[in-house]
Amino acid sequence: MAFIPESPEKQKLQCYRVLDDNGQTIIGSEFKEINKEVAIKMYSKMVTLQTMDTIFYEAQRQGRISFYVTSMGEEVISIASAAALSMDDVIFPQYREPGVLLWRGFTLQEFTNQLFGNKYDYGKGRQMPIHYGSNKLNYVTISSTIATQIPHAVGAAYSLKMDKKNACAVTYFGDGGTSEGDFHAAMNFAAVLEAPVIFICRNNGWAISTPTSEQFRSDGIAVRGPAYGMRSIRVDGNDALAIYSTVHAAREMAINERRPILIETLTYRVGHHSTSDDSTKYRPADEIEHWRKARDPVTRFRKWVEKNGWWDDEDESVLRNDVRKKVLNAIQVAEKVEKPPLSELFTDVYDHPSSNLGEQERLLRETVKRHPKDYPIDVPV
Amino acid sequence: MVMDSAAAVRRRVRRMKETAGVRGAPAGVRGERSAAGVRAERGAPAGVTGGSKKREERRREGLALRGLCTSSAAAAAVEESKKTQIRVDAANSTYVFGEDVSFGGVFRCTTGLADRFGKHRVFNTPLCEQGLVGFGIGLAAMGNRAIAEIQFADYIFPAFDQIVNEAAKFRYRSGSQFNCGGLTIRAPYGAVGHGGHYHSQSPEAFFCHVPGLKVVIPRSPREAKGLLLACIRDPNPTIFFEPKWLYRLAVEEVPEHDYMLPLSQAEVIRQGTDITLIAWGAQLAVMEQACVEAEKDGISCELIDLKTLIPWDKETVEASVRKTGKLLVSHEAPITGGFGAEICASIAESCFLRVTSFITYSDFS
Repeated sequence: MAFIPESPEKQKLQCYRVLDDNGQTIIGSEFKEINKEVAIKMYSKMVTLQTMDTIFYEAQRQGRISFYVTSMGEEVISIASAAALSMDDVIFPQYREPGVLLWRGFTLQEFTNQLFGNKYDYGKGRQMPIHYGSNKLNYVTISSTIATQIPHAVGAAYSLKMDKKNACAVTYFGDGGTSEGDFHAAMNFAAVLEAPVIFICRNNGWAISTPTSEQFRSDGIAVRGPAYGMRSIRVDGNDALAIYSTVHAAREMAINERRPILIETLTYRVGHHSTSDDSTKYRPADEIEHWRKARDPVTRFRKWVEKNGWWDDEDESVLRNDVRKKVLNAIQVAEKVEKPPLSELFTDVYDHPSSNLGEQERLLRETVKRHPKDYPIDVPV
Repeated sequence: MVMDSAAAVRRRVRRMKETAGVRGAPAGVRGERSAAGVRAERGAPAGVTGGSKKREERRREGLALRGLCTSSAAAAAVEESKKTQIRVDAANSTYVFGEDVSFGGVFRCTTGLADRFGKHRVFNTPLCEQGLVGFGIGLAAMGNRAIAEIQFADYIFPAFDQIVNEAAKFRYRSGSQFNCGGLTIRAPYGAVGHGGHYHSQSPEAFFCHVPGLKVVIPRSPREAKGLLLACIRDPNPTIFFEPKWLYRLAVEEVPEHDYMLPLSQAEVIRQGTDITLIAWGAQLAVMEQACVEAEKDGISCELIDLKTLIPWDKETVEASVRKTGKLLVSHEAPITGGFGAEICASIAESCFLRVTSFITYSDFS
């Protein structure tokens, strides 16, 4: 009689790394080469994301937008993975992966319009800030619910396989999300139905205030893959080259071998969960500082880019100034644009307005007409 | 299980007539729940008679006439939809999936489809409702027609979040950049008399509270085929509840050709002047009998099949109630918070001056 042991301390799953903390490639590490053009684009997008996070976070504090979520500490996961994918790959994101959109060409103005919920927001001002989506960039609109997007990715991947497309579906989620039923359902469905989907877990240690020690007893996420019959890997989430190489290889396997792949990226959520959260209430400030300063993934990648002679201080200064100006400008523009009209409250529920909603719209308009002072003036009636 | 029979409904209709004009019309007030109704064999739609032997004869006769029971109609709908689909637009595919769907399903609704269209188009999924609905949303979001089977409506609740927060809001939250309108969720539904409370539920009201969904329930095989095809082709996520009672007991001639019946359009299936009766699904058969019984008492009933519960055809109901001045809604689902309450409240508001009787309804819960 031999029981399978639970995750033993001594046999923790290895973590794939390419860059050390000084941006040096670890001797003997295998990785996919990145040329100068791609490397600089990746780094520029990381800086852009950092700048957006700083300014938008501040804008929320000033009351100009209602809510924001930063990617601080996790910038390279979304950007390096996006760089290894093709534009035809369909993204089912959670909410801390705007880097994928940024990589694919979502403009600062497009981001800002969503945050301000103005009439140019593709979501027509209906959702909270950061719930981005872009049909043309194959980035399916975010919902606030945790893990619900994961089974969607499996369905989309199955369709891509049946249509013989050279593309896969990619879904992102956090460590907390892996406790949801939808995660388990999706993993099992993907394995059984042989769907070309890449599951990317950002294991950043925290689900709002809940640490992973109170989230699961397994050795992280990647070890669960084999239980579902799925090829899996653990990778350093602060190592852009390791992520790029992993996702590149995963994509090849997913599409060519028609199989799902699970990637666990180990990282740390340097920012608060959101602007509604103060994480110093439940974790030590020096822990945050350590990850912000000593372990910053963008700095690590910059060191590697600099060592290649592709980047210097002047480039850095020009880029940061330029992005800062563009973000501030985007805010100024977005702020002045009016909100979507009241009628948009009722559209897109069905493909055509239903009679019951038409009736409710009529009642709302009558109420607004009777009590104009109780309704916002920046929403056209 | 307590069942209201046609006789119980008849008693109530009679009581409503007697009390009309006496109690006035406190709109929205419900009559008390009837005392334990008589357990009786339910009435049947066209072509069905009581007694298993007779029923079997009719059934064979029906099949000989190329009549199809609901399960076959559902299968035919899927089949024809696929044929049409493949012919019209090869790039836009149809998939049928769910628990035990591959061999034909526990109610045989998907019999032969896997052989005909391939095991990758018609397939089993793991036993997980939230997974299969979520999977269907992803398939539909890619422009496919995804026909998901929930084995029993009683087991739809693990998928509630996927249906309510995802399917229903997929278009709205994206500003119509994305939609999963190709999704149709089929689920056997309602009582058959031996299912206990985990094989008999009528959960339609939960879903009628959700903007973005369409909820459709057919009353007969012919209706089932036309409405299911309409649901499959409708560009919105739909839930199609198939009354289990119709699967094996109802026989009706079902046209072989491709046809659809309009959604959100109720049908007056019996004209009357004294009272309006509303029902959906298998309950229509009970109400038809009630109409016959009431007629013996000199009461002329107008019977409406609502068919689509959300968005429902208020106009047809209003027109009828304006004529009769009385309304009775009857559903199998529990009374409290049932969809009958929504109809009653709605009609009480819009037809207040015309309603002269209690607004009430009976049920099968």
